[in-house]
Amino acid sequence: MTVTQVNELVKALLDGAAPLQNVHVQGELSNYKIYPSGHHYFTLKDGSSAIRCVMFASSAMRLRFRPENGMKVVAAGRVSVYPRDGAYQLYCSSLTVAGVGDLYVAYEQLKEKLLARGLFDEDHKKPLPRYPGRIAIVTSSAGAAIHDMIRILRRRYPIAKVILLPVRVQGTEAPGEIAEAIAYANEHHLADVLITGRGGGSIEDLWAFNDERVAYAIYDSEIPVISAVGHEPDVTIADFVADARASTPSNAAEIAVPDMAELLGRLAHQDGRMRQGLLGAAEARRQRLESAASRRVWQDSGALLQDKRLALDSVTARLEGAAQRSLQQKAQRLATLASAVDAMSPLKVLSRGYAIATDEREQTIRTASQLTEGDRVHLRFHSGGAVCRVESRED
Amino acid sequence: MTKKMDFEQSMARIDEIAAALERGDATLSESMALFQEGTALIGKCREELDKAQQQVVQLMRSADGTAEEAPFAVEE
Repeated sequence: MTVTQVNELVKALLDGAAPLQNVHVQGELSNYKIYPSGHHYFTLKDGSSAIRCVMFASSAMRLRFRPENGMKVVAAGRVSVYPRDGAYQLYCSSLTVAGVGDLYVAYEQLKEKLLARGLFDEDHKKPLPRYPGRIAIVTSSAGAAIHDMIRILRRRYPIAKVILLPVRVQGTEAPGEIAEAIAYANEHHLADVLITGRGGGSIEDLWAFNDERVAYAIYDSEIPVISAVGHEPDVTIADFVADARASTPSNAAEIAVPDMAELLGRLAHQDGRMRQGLLGAAEARRQRLESAASRRVWQDSGALLQDKRLALDSVTARLEGAAQRSLQQKAQRLATLASAVDAMSPLKVLSRGYAIATDEREQTIRTASQLTEGDRVHLRFHSGGAVCRVESRED
Repeated sequence: MTKKMDFEQSMARIDEIAAALERGDATLSESMALFQEGTALIGKCREELDKAQQQVVQLMRSADGTAEEAPFAVEE
């Protein structure tokens, strides 16, 4: 017999043994090697023995995690002989992690790798804009998530434009599509903030958001990204990389925009502050004037002082009157502008077709005697105004 | 007062004006000019918020790299 004949005979025996043709072998990985050909070679061992294993590239491509020495795994395949070496080995068609599950391991591995590469660094995270004008959403156009988000955006902040970039959010094509859409939004400066995510599902359903391509797309995004994947307890790699993490798609919509009701409240508050501030400023000046006017030096007798005092009184009165009138005028004009706020506004009057005429010093014209022919007069209407020239006066 | 201010700029300017008026260190006529500007901005912001009808579009992209905005119907 030749060596080859022996090996062929043993191989035929083993290949004919039914129990060896479909085995699931539990053991610990050791000596794991990946060859340039893409084939994986390793040894599976337990407490007392070991078996050589090979996994061809076509099977290895389907691995969902990165095998590491020491891992407890289950290898499925058949036992046969490699005639050249006269060695029997396990031809492994699939490898899964015993116990916790492949996806869990893959997730932990990717998390560790990206953490080491700085993808989760707080320093890299961008602040979200307070008042985004455009919001890009990278998610499925089917499903409840997009509708939930739009409903909330509409209620809270309808002035923003929403741009949906529809992508698949599960299946093998999903990660590539999500990553590409995020890159596209950046390339075309589509938005001020970007939300990517999907509704809840199993860990497999959410898997696209644990993909390295998606992680890098988020990391590379110039547009701040809010991740919104699944429900509260679901934490994906995308959540770690994103500039802000929302617990659900609805929550992402709340994080992305301010609340209109709050904004209106703030505007009202600012309005009040301004009014108080202006009144306070006028009041302070009046008091200063009064205290100056009441100082002892003005009250001494003597015609000259008396004259001066009278003069001052009249100046004071004029100043007060001017301030008062000016304030009134301004208040009227402001009320016109803030018409929505003030129901008592002169705008109402203007809206009935009246106009306010002012001269070049912005003094309201109350009598024709304030004018001479050729004067320029500014008319303010309910909407807009006009500059006119006086042709003749009618007293 | 520029008309091109976006919402964020307007809000920031309103904050600024309210704070300046509260400090009260401007002259009376400056104060009144500020007040007028602030009130106008507040009116503009309110109007924007009141009038807004959210625009929702779906970006349809073709293989040749062109993109087109299509309306997207929201389920109530």
